[in-house]
Amino acid sequence: MSLWGWILVASAVAFATKLVGYLLPAAWLDSEGFGRASSALTIALLSALVATNTFASGQALALDSRVLALAAAGIALWRELPFLAVVIIGAAVAALGRLAGLP
Amino acid sequence: MTDLLGSPAVRMGLSVSIATGLYGISFGALGVTAGLTRWQTQALSALMFTGGSQFAFIGSLGGGGIAALAAASLLGIRNAVYGAQINATLTPRGPLRPLMAHITIDESFATAMAADGDAEQRRGFWTAGVGVWLLWNLFTFVGAWVGNAMGDPKMWGLDGAAVAAFLGLLWPRLRSKDAAGLAVLCALLTVLAVPFAPPGIPLLLAGLVAVVIHLIRRRSFDKRVDADCDPSGDVGTVR
Repeated sequence: MSLWGWILVASAVAFATKLVGYLLPAAWLDSEGFGRASSALTIALLSALVATNTFASGQALALDSRVLALAAAGIALWRELPFLAVVIIGAAVAALGRLAGLP
Repeated sequence: MTDLLGSPAVRMGLSVSIATGLYGISFGALGVTAGLTRWQTQALSALMFTGGSQFAFIGSLGGGGIAALAAASLLGIRNAVYGAQINATLTPRGPLRPLMAHITIDESFATAMAADGDAEQRRGFWTAGVGVWLLWNLFTFVGAWVGNAMGDPKMWGLDGAAVAAFLGLLWPRLRSKDAAGLAVLCALLTVLAVPFAPPGIPLLLAGLVAVVIHLIRRRSFDKRVDADCDPSGDVGTVR
């Protein structure tokens, strides 16, 4: 198959994967159990996203300027700064870390 | 318009869109470097539209098309979990579902879940989903044409912005001790799993563990409640 072929097939698989979640029977999703489990699942997925975005570099672990960004964002959130400020602080701290020669 | 900008979920969605969209520059540049044409790179951003899978696709192309397809598909499985939750939370009507499915990604899911109430969750989902799609594609285009002239996006701290954004989206959910404990546990598990599993899988593992813990705790809680109410137990005979 040509490269274009693989691109289109992989894109179709990606879309089908996303759509599967929307096609689950509504009865499953209405149950009380799902609602409660769903809240735990959301926390798990979000904290896993924080963890991989901070420490993962492909399949390896790395300690770099992103850790500083995480700490700075944590402090900003604790001081109840608005979301946009938190994001900008995260970027600024990581950029400063790199400017200072950190990985 | 001022109404919309007054919505915290919309503002959050716009911030997320800009932070994530800018990263498209690096995808555009890397796609061309990996041997794709500019339009093939653009097609991945427009059609596949799930950043992690796109990077995995171009990163695995060396192993052939099937390797690229496998890596991208594996990494995309989490989107099915997001889709189920968005569907349960926002209960969209039939025709909207395929469109919503296409913009179901880390950022739109996280922005929706961080918002308060139905209407806000809906606004958050659409703002982040459509916003990231537009900017991600715009900056993929820029990256594919300008290439590496802008330098490494890491020097601009864009990866730090992603970290801060996801922490900001998780933050409102950590009000109870239980939630904070669960978050820390899942983060630890994810980090431990990263070296041993293909990208994308540690995240699913954390989700699975959270649901299992939740079910076990719920059951033991129910048992305790049942025991307290048991009429044949000691409690009923104290008087």
